[in-house]
Amino acid sequence: MMAVDTQVTKEISEVRSSYGADATVNPCTLCAPLGAALATAGIEGAISLLHGAQGCATYIRRYLISHFREPVDVASSSFGESQTVFGGEDNLSRALNNIEQQYHPNIVTVATTCVAETVGEDVPLLLKRYNSRRATVLPIVYAATPSYKDGHVEGFHAMVRSIVQTLAADAGPPERAVNLIPPLLSPADLRHVREIIEGFGVRATLVPDYSDTLDGIILDEYRALPQGGTPLNEIERMLRSLTTIDLTMTGKAPRASDILASRGSQTRLLGLPIGVRATDAFVEALAQETSLDCPQWLVKERGRLLDAYADGHKYVFGKRVGLYGDPELVTGLAMFLLEIGARPVVCATGARNRALTKALEQLPSGSVEEILDDTDFAKFEAACRRTSTELLMGSSKGYGTARSLGIPLLRLGFPVHDRIGAGRIQIVGYRGTLWLFDSIVNVLLERRQEASNVGYSYL
Amino acid sequence: MEFELLKDRQSQVVRSQRREVTPVDCNKASVAGSVSQRACTFCGSRVVLYPIADALHLVHGPVGCAAYTWDIRGALSSGPELHRISCSTDLREKDVVFGGEHRLEISLRQLISKYSPKAAFVYGTCVIGVIGDDVAAVCRRVELDVGIPIIPVLAEGFRGTKRDGYNAATSALLTLIGRGDTSGIGKHSINLMGDFNVAGESWIIKKYFEQMGVEVVSVLTGDGRVDEISRAHGARLNIVQCAGSMTPLAQGMQERYGIPFIRVSFFGIEDTSDALYRTAKFFGSPSILNNTQALVSAELSRVLPELRAIRRELQGKRAGLYVGGAFKAFSLVRALRQLGVSVVVAGTQTGNQEEYAELQAVCDEDTIIVDDTNPLELAAFLVEKDVDVFIGGVKERPVAYKLGIGFCDHNHERKIALAGFEGAVAFAREIHATATSPIWSLMPRRAQAGKMRNNEAEP
Repeated sequence: MMAVDTQVTKEISEVRSSYGADATVNPCTLCAPLGAALATAGIEGAISLLHGAQGCATYIRRYLISHFREPVDVASSSFGESQTVFGGEDNLSRALNNIEQQYHPNIVTVATTCVAETVGEDVPLLLKRYNSRRATVLPIVYAATPSYKDGHVEGFHAMVRSIVQTLAADAGPPERAVNLIPPLLSPADLRHVREIIEGFGVRATLVPDYSDTLDGIILDEYRALPQGGTPLNEIERMLRSLTTIDLTMTGKAPRASDILASRGSQTRLLGLPIGVRATDAFVEALAQETSLDCPQWLVKERGRLLDAYADGHKYVFGKRVGLYGDPELVTGLAMFLLEIGARPVVCATGARNRALTKALEQLPSGSVEEILDDTDFAKFEAACRRTSTELLMGSSKGYGTARSLGIPLLRLGFPVHDRIGAGRIQIVGYRGTLWLFDSIVNVLLERRQEASNVGYSYL
Repeated sequence: MEFELLKDRQSQVVRSQRREVTPVDCNKASVAGSVSQRACTFCGSRVVLYPIADALHLVHGPVGCAAYTWDIRGALSSGPELHRISCSTDLREKDVVFGGEHRLEISLRQLISKYSPKAAFVYGTCVIGVIGDDVAAVCRRVELDVGIPIIPVLAEGFRGTKRDGYNAATSALLTLIGRGDTSGIGKHSINLMGDFNVAGESWIIKKYFEQMGVEVVSVLTGDGRVDEISRAHGARLNIVQCAGSMTPLAQGMQERYGIPFIRVSFFGIEDTSDALYRTAKFFGSPSILNNTQALVSAELSRVLPELRAIRRELQGKRAGLYVGGAFKAFSLVRALRQLGVSVVVAGTQTGNQEEYAELQAVCDEDTIIVDDTNPLELAAFLVEKDVDVFIGGVKERPVAYKLGIGFCDHNHERKIALAGFEGAVAFAREIHATATSPIWSLMPRRAQAGKMRNNEAEP
């Protein structure tokens, strides 16, 4: 069997800046196994198995399905009382057998739920024993994802790290390829990031890439596992690539890119390419690594974006915006808002780490008025009131806050459960930023139009 | 798609109801690795208690369980909306190690002082069952202090199936019932049990009873209020709609307070009329009987023309359904038959043996009956039976759509009232809109197989 990741994160989360002694009201995070399941969806022929009670898998599926509007199958080892007391080895084995029979996966990822972690299941050992009993090895990757430690962001990165650690070991001759470790992005964003990288004449290896699996096409027959995802043999060859671009901030050490670096790959850490400057940095990195010029279509998209900035700058100037979501997203959006003259007055995340605070503290003072990490929507709303926020940007879970504040919400990130097309929201690259900029301006115009007594149809 | 029914699942699928009825194996834990559509004990308890709008619902455990159940249902309230916020003790590693009772007590006191609820339900999730927090003791202590009922709900996900969660919820309700003053309750009085006011359905049904001259003492739990539920023992009859969840409570009230109950359904015009007549007959009052006759005949003459028109377009279509409880399934089979649609696949998450026998009796001979199914089975059955429209919840929706099959949401997340006479029309419109949509003729499976029936032929 493949090496099982036995790396257990030792650090106990001490980040409680917003958490404190209060109960959490309207959480701004989901649980860690959701992130692990989402990351798994971006690997070709992979399926998730959550070790624990049945409900975790089903809740997570419902949440992902409502957002992506695609089938998302997540298996469970379906703990009952006896597994909780006597251990879940038999159920884990039965689950793996049943998954193999029904889904014929290339690989199974196993993530732990709270109950399995609390009773102290030694999952790496159980998996080793499982494969030792078989005639053929079932490829399995494991990540520990206790939700009393981590949220979906950390769970996502934990699974990506385990996948890379387990699979990316083939240091053969160099290849014209670039690796990309994205944070939680929409399928449309992943597709566009790939398009940009491939625009420099190299193969793109994204881990994960669920742009096809979670934004699929209608086929003539049902597939147990959807088409798409990063092929295992591409992940195995990651060490041969020119470089690894890591767009994540919140992965705990060792991150996926650290593992690749320790195995000899060159890595670069960049912010999400939202806005002109951040996308320039991304494009510049690709130009350096590939020794090629930026493709003309990308140059044109940049020009169009600048042209739109000129057309719309006055509408956004000084606007006070509240942001919430994953640290990478909020940081990227904050930098973009500063670039166009708007003000990201509240920057909030439910993630249980200091990544957002650390990134934003580097900005000139006064750029951001309140930074909240490990927060919930009750505290976020209070912060927005204190800072007279005029616009919110983030998931549909902030709709109640926007409604209560009487201000508009521009939906992006995860989840978007009250609109169609969440997977097609595109905010990265010059093209994505253009949509984002147009959308912000139009939301503000619409608000002005509706609040007006006159009702101008020409603005 | 290559499909093979898992060996462990074979007894839960029955393909023929000929002569001797083959029993459906059911009411047991989900098969590990089968990707069940079921959730867990916590889910069962949460869905039943969720609509009680002036109670605090505090989920004790790590944050995920609370996050996934935040404002997900269409259960409406005519007043307070405490049920729409999500409160969690959000336990962290330290609490899991040293116990969460202290944090629970702080959270409870804080939330009660902030929101002034009429009662509080404390749901203990998986981790609580393992670490052994004495939730009941904390509840008692705080109850004595703050003077409102504080009710522990044993909701550990691993404790059993969703049905066990229903039992946990009804036990909690039984501790609330009996506390209130029943003076002033008339002799023609009922509790409406197992209606959750999804999209205002309780209001539709209550309106009927008011017109009949029947007093509704409480609704369990749609648009629920603690004070109303506390005096539910003063009613003379319990009307049980969602029998899967509410039968234990009705039985408990019969034992404790001598209140008889009848099982009814308000889905479809036949079942709705039947429910109203049976209630009227129970009381035996001529005026109630007259009012009921007038009501039913007025409603029927109002809705029948449109139902007949829709039936003409739906005649001959085939439906599949997969719902939570069996009683809803019986009603849907009848309601669809009224619309000229035959049910060729029918399943439930929580049916028991008695209920499956009844489902088999009400279905056609060759209907596939399935307990606790999964996406791959569903996909295979829908194709095998050439289904035109599928009725289920959000998790089943993408399975239908990927196959080019219409879909109607009949789960608690829906925002359209489908109960009563007006609900029967809304249901018919829903089925019509999806089953006769012209888009399906473009979908590859349908187009290539040349399988279009009736008016689905390409224009």
